[in-house]
Amino acid sequence: MRRPLADNAAFPVLLPPAARLARRLEEERRYALPVVRLDVRTMLVLAALLCLWAGVAEAQALGSGQESVLAAILKWTPLISRGFALNVAISLIAMGLGTMLGLFLGLAQISLLAPVRAGSWALTQFFRNAPWLVLLFYCIFVLPFRVTVFGQTFDVPNWLRATIGLTLPVMANVSEIVRGAVQSIPRGQWEAAESLGYRRGQTLREIILPQCLKRMAPPWMNLYAILIMSTPLASVVGVEEAMTLTRGALNAERRGDLLIPMYGALLLAFFVYCWPIARATQALEHRWQVTT
Amino acid sequence: MTAPLIRIEGLRKRFGVNEVLKGVSFEVARGEAICIIGPSGSGKSTILRCINALVPFEAGSIHVGETDVGDPRLDKIALRRRVGMVFQQYNLFPHRTALQNVMMAPIQVLKQDRREVEARARALMAKVRLEGKEDAYPGELSGGQQQRVAIARSLCMQPEVMLFDEVTAALDPETVKEVLVTIRDLVEEGMTCLLVTHEMAFARDVADHVYFTDSGVIVEHGAPDALFTAPRHERTRAFLERVL
Repeated sequence: MRRPLADNAAFPVLLPPAARLARRLEEERRYALPVVRLDVRTMLVLAALLCLWAGVAEAQALGSGQESVLAAILKWTPLISRGFALNVAISLIAMGLGTMLGLFLGLAQISLLAPVRAGSWALTQFFRNAPWLVLLFYCIFVLPFRVTVFGQTFDVPNWLRATIGLTLPVMANVSEIVRGAVQSIPRGQWEAAESLGYRRGQTLREIILPQCLKRMAPPWMNLYAILIMSTPLASVVGVEEAMTLTRGALNAERRGDLLIPMYGALLLAFFVYCWPIARATQALEHRWQVTT
Repeated sequence: MTAPLIRIEGLRKRFGVNEVLKGVSFEVARGEAICIIGPSGSGKSTILRCINALVPFEAGSIHVGETDVGDPRLDKIALRRRVGMVFQQYNLFPHRTALQNVMMAPIQVLKQDRREVEARARALMAKVRLEGKEDAYPGELSGGQQQRVAIARSLCMQPEVMLFDEVTAALDPETVKEVLVTIRDLVEEGMTCLLVTHEMAFARDVADHVYFTDSGVIVEHGAPDALFTAPRHERTRAFLERVL
């Protein structure tokens, strides 16, 4: 049975987990996305499994006179690292662009003009609820392969189009984070500002948004963790990022025993990159939750 | 007799189907302290909110000096510069220190000189007996202290009239007094004050004139001694019996 407990459930024994569940739900509602919870124990288990698999493969490889698994992984590491750098670059650009656009879209969602509000709401909902992979495909095929600016023709590389594809869901999620944060500021703050003669824009800039920063930082960082973990989606459309290059390396090696160690190493790389972000998010969340 | 500072005539206001003000009229002279008392939901706070144009009203008129608050082309900023307001929940800006709270609006809204505003703000902090708390954030202050910062913040705009909306209703009993003392100082200095309050003893003590409202109308008004000791209306009598 996974039905949530009724509010008036009189099972005191069940209350702690119920309260924890409620808090978690509340958090996810505020984040507008599932919360990335990476635990260092997860990493240890992952590393241990990887060692086990690599060890078994290693024994087989040495037994049959093939190159050592570790040596094979090390050989491909520089290339795959370059691919991983592209994952990081895609995530940073998509996050930067998405945040800027999302900020405007989020503020449009609280506009006093009903058409602006409705339009930005629809846009936000559309991109927030579309599968990321579909948006990615869409951008790969819809965006032009070449653009001409002032008579000069530039190729639009695949990775850039993929980045734009990932920018769209980021934008929509940031929009929702901004709207949620602004609306969580008590009404009295607006009234106090208004009674002191502040105009609406001035109130937002000087009083509301500065208070929102603390509320927005944890969900925003969580969104980034989700984004970086989604960048391997770009391999489906042929972008030469870490996932694509790992597959390429495996094709070149033609060795089944490398499959799990190499994908495992990639998994570990993502974990090592995301874990500090997830930890920092939780730390900020914990530190700032009292000051609201 | 000079012209009244605030003149309200036939004020009507409704929220949806609920008419909260059904034709309220009164005047406030410069330097006067007026208290509005009455049961919850009788529209007391709404009167204050209409005066500084936080909420629009349907009928009647409000004048602050020569400014017509009902005018659609009303310069709200000019109006709010003249009318200060203090809220029940203090509504200090939590991301700024006490002193910054006091200084912000004159600098950002009135574009006044920073040094001049700071000198004034520090003097006001002393006046509300909060020297030494200039750099504290609102979260570090007690309710009574926060409310006094809110009063200083409003005074720093150098208003001609101050509106107090149940400013002690959210406070601990011990801190109520420090806020009331601050307000009484203001009244004694001749600041025009309009207070909505549940503190009957205080109303009787500081007010020049007391208005009793119920169900959106002014039931009766008069000098505090007369109104509190010899109410003429049955409704006033019943209310005073309940609260005193």
